[in-house]
Amino acid sequence: MIIFQNVSKTYKGNGHSSVALDNINFKINPKEFVSLVGKSGAGKSTIVKLIIGEERPTKGRIIFGSYDVTRLKSNELYKMRRHIGTIFQDFKLLTEKTAFENVAFALEAAGAPQTEIAELVPKALEMVGLSNKAQNFPREMSGGEKQRVAIARAMINNPDVIIADEPTGNLDPINTAEIINLLLKINELGTTIILATHNKDIINHINRRVISMENGQIVRDEEQGKYILF
Amino acid sequence: MITTIVRITKYGWQNFTRNAWLSTATIAVMVLALSVFLGLVMFNVMTGTIISSIENKINISVYFKANTAEDDILNVQSQLKSLPEVASVDYISKDQALATFEEKHQNDPTISQAIDQLGSNPLLASLNIRATNPNQYQIIADYLNNNSSIQPFVEKISYAQNAGIIDRLNRILTIAQRGGIGLTILMALIAMLITFNTIRLAIYSNRESITIMRLVGGSNFFVRGQFLVEGAVYGIVSAIVSMVLMAPVIYFISPYGTTLVPEMDMWHYFVSHSPLLFLYELLFGVVLGLVSSFFAAGKYLRESQA
Repeated sequence: MIIFQNVSKTYKGNGHSSVALDNINFKINPKEFVSLVGKSGAGKSTIVKLIIGEERPTKGRIIFGSYDVTRLKSNELYKMRRHIGTIFQDFKLLTEKTAFENVAFALEAAGAPQTEIAELVPKALEMVGLSNKAQNFPREMSGGEKQRVAIARAMINNPDVIIADEPTGNLDPINTAEIINLLLKINELGTTIILATHNKDIINHINRRVISMENGQIVRDEEQGKYILF
Repeated sequence: MITTIVRITKYGWQNFTRNAWLSTATIAVMVLALSVFLGLVMFNVMTGTIISSIENKINISVYFKANTAEDDILNVQSQLKSLPEVASVDYISKDQALATFEEKHQNDPTISQAIDQLGSNPLLASLNIRATNPNQYQIIADYLNNNSSIQPFVEKISYAQNAGIIDRLNRILTIAQRGGIGLTILMALIAMLITFNTIRLAIYSNRESITIMRLVGGSNFFVRGQFLVEGAVYGIVSAIVSMVLMAPVIYFISPYGTTLVPEMDMWHYFVSHSPLLFLYELLFGVVLGLVSSFFAAGKYLRESQA
């Protein structure tokens, strides 16, 4: 379960300040598929960064399961992050590691035994359709393939939540559809999915809960929402 | 824990081998820095040999009047030996002095004939004194000049004639020693800074990876550890390459050093001390590699945190 209580985030620099989030409140229940939508700068990515502890809120409280994210020390964040799978627009793969190693990294960092790694990683790669690319480096893969490696990595730890920040931003329509279908499939298996996107077609197609944002505020939160252009 | 350390080591080694160009560039700079370090060690050995060679050539000789009894001279010798400033006192009797003189001039018939014609030994018995420190010759000379129990037997003291040269040599030796230490510290600092910055740059190119590793659940220890291993590998490989490259350099310049100071054989020193020199290089390289990696990785770890 993820809870945002009166969360605000203001970025300061060079004497200027810009409000990214303004007193946000919402709750995401286990096994939900939630889309965060809005134009660029609406605050979607800031919410993602706050959940994974990449940024700290200026005000308010964020709860993730048993963790109070706002009170976690930076050297304790990794414990919480092992319960979250993250997928980014720019894939964020380790360039000098193969697809297999990229996926295995999350397990190795968590201290999983070698036998488990040898069993789970091929299964995850098979699920995203990349068994034949296990020994390829990211530079040898297409954008869609890279994103599928990122999805395999995100789900390998059997996380409570997968957060995808504009996962299809760099992909063509066919790859976009494949990635969204993969996320829906993972959600059906019981993992909460948070999808931040500004892709109207995706939102209208999946017909799940939509939190619409504008200028750092939530303007709409509907159970089976659509992406309504402002 | 063992599994984690094995994985950290594996990743550190992977970082090193898979970034071949970056590793080569880093090692090239580190080899230069380590070679400077090795050069400094050799330089200090060289100056040490030169200094001790010059020091060994400095001494004071006290010449005794022809009628002085040998017992009196040996008495003076034991008095001098008791001084803390004195390292050694060698007694050279009249006969020994003559033997040395004849041996030295055996190819000069004029001098040999002159000695023969004299019919007696014209040379004086003497005590050859070496100080523990070249600066202390003046103290020894003062002791000889002011001691009323020694003065009646003394014909002359060589220090008075050589005082100017000894003093100048002393000053040169002091400057050479201080300059050597100063130069060593300066060059070692430069080598350290170059190494530190090179490794920092190598890790700078991995800052994105540091962020990713943390995002997917890598602890600070797990992420930093890899770069520590990488830094240590840089140090080890650089120490090996530096030793291999410096060997022929020392081999070729060694004869020139021997021409300058006959007692100095750099190549022999390098070969006989190579395990120790390698250990110095290894320590310098690995410690620098570890420290540089620790701080550089720490910087990007902090930057990747909120």
